[in-house]
Amino acid sequence: MSATTRTQEEIAARVKALESMLIEQGVMTTQAIDRMVELYENEVGPRLGAQVVVKAWTDPEFKARLVADATDACKELGIGGLQGEDMVVLENTDSVHNVIVCTLCSCYPWPVLGLPPNWYKDPQYRAAITREPRKVLREAFGFAVPDEVEVRVWDTSSEMRYWVLPQRPAGTDGWSEEQLLELVTRDAMIGVGPVGAVA
Amino acid sequence: MNGVFDLAGTDGIGPVVVPEEEPVFRADWERTVFPMFAMCFRAGFFGVDQFRHGIELIDPAVYLKSPYYEHWVHTVEHFGEQLGKLDIAELDRRTEHYLAHPDAPLPEHDDDPELLAFVEAVVPAGAPAKRESDKVARFQVGDVVRVIRSSPKGHTRRARYVRGAIGEVVLHHGPMIYADSAGNGLGENPEHVYTVRFRAEELWGAEYAEPNQVVNFDVWDPYLEPVTVTVTTEGARA
Repeated sequence: MSATTRTQEEIAARVKALESMLIEQGVMTTQAIDRMVELYENEVGPRLGAQVVVKAWTDPEFKARLVADATDACKELGIGGLQGEDMVVLENTDSVHNVIVCTLCSCYPWPVLGLPPNWYKDPQYRAAITREPRKVLREAFGFAVPDEVEVRVWDTSSEMRYWVLPQRPAGTDGWSEEQLLELVTRDAMIGVGPVGAVA
Repeated sequence: MNGVFDLAGTDGIGPVVVPEEEPVFRADWERTVFPMFAMCFRAGFFGVDQFRHGIELIDPAVYLKSPYYEHWVHTVEHFGEQLGKLDIAELDRRTEHYLAHPDAPLPEHDDDPELLAFVEAVVPAGAPAKRESDKVARFQVGDVVRVIRSSPKGHTRRARYVRGAIGEVVLHHGPMIYADSAGNGLGENPEHVYTVRFRAEELWGAEYAEPNQVVNFDVWDPYLEPVTVTVTTEGARA
């Protein structure tokens, strides 16, 4: 195993070499590669999680089912699959704020949030969030959680996948689903940001 | 294994850097590596737990500094070589070729309808890790438990920061593939999985813990031992 870091050009050449061998073995095809990429660039992303959140905000019975069994409830909306085979939704309240991490690698609920941002997979976030969550949220994300609110960090060490159901902001009574969708950010469902501001 | 990838609580590696925006894939080579996980899984290179262990074996300096998807390249190479599916000397030769000729074409090949169908099927269906098992769960929600002190040399999900720590079982998920077995190529051997809640003071010490914080961490049954529960005059567990 090499102990030196590679340049982007060196990695690109290594990957193309590996790709050429896997293609010859029938493990990969460029067609299947392109389809997999298209799925996660255009089809599976945080918009899906936002749909679930808005449904929970506007349908108390659905929210009860979501909190009881997130995998089954998401299935009702046709949402689920790879790296989200077993999901648990974490409900934020006036007294509890949840935030997710995978300190051992990069586990993340792909079916509702898509692929994770790089900071989520980088060593810095994984090292600090279980130890100094309030400081990380404040300094990296500009998000202050009051001391009286308990911070619950969920370290995704098994195949269970956690994600956050943020609180519906005040002042949104009667809003349409489209308006509410705009408030639900990826960061709010990770737990590192609030929902969007109510204009 | 006690590797640098087990990062929780590590100090001194710098601030979290959050760019305003970034694409899903930052380079074309990342677009090629991402599908390798699913397609090499299909081809029998590894299971998910082994895939992680291959990454854990990367040189620590490279692990900490390299772009994320390069980790995936290492684990594909590791298992490809171990299983005799990849000749590394040939891979090195082709790497030199593409380094000198970045625009040289890939081998000509036909589309594979079965591979495409696999992609279309696996993304919405996934590969669940829950299993049926006759094993009886030793613990239930509300139990006070300690994570045993044990440092396996192979793959495990026993993060160092929870070893020896006392917490409370808050969720019971049922039996799932046991990472310590599957990750070392020893079969699924399902074990019950629980979420255990630790007070920050228990993990970091009262002097260093932030106020009003807990960490929830998932453990397999063999990671735990019971803590004798004593009932105080207030009726609280101690």
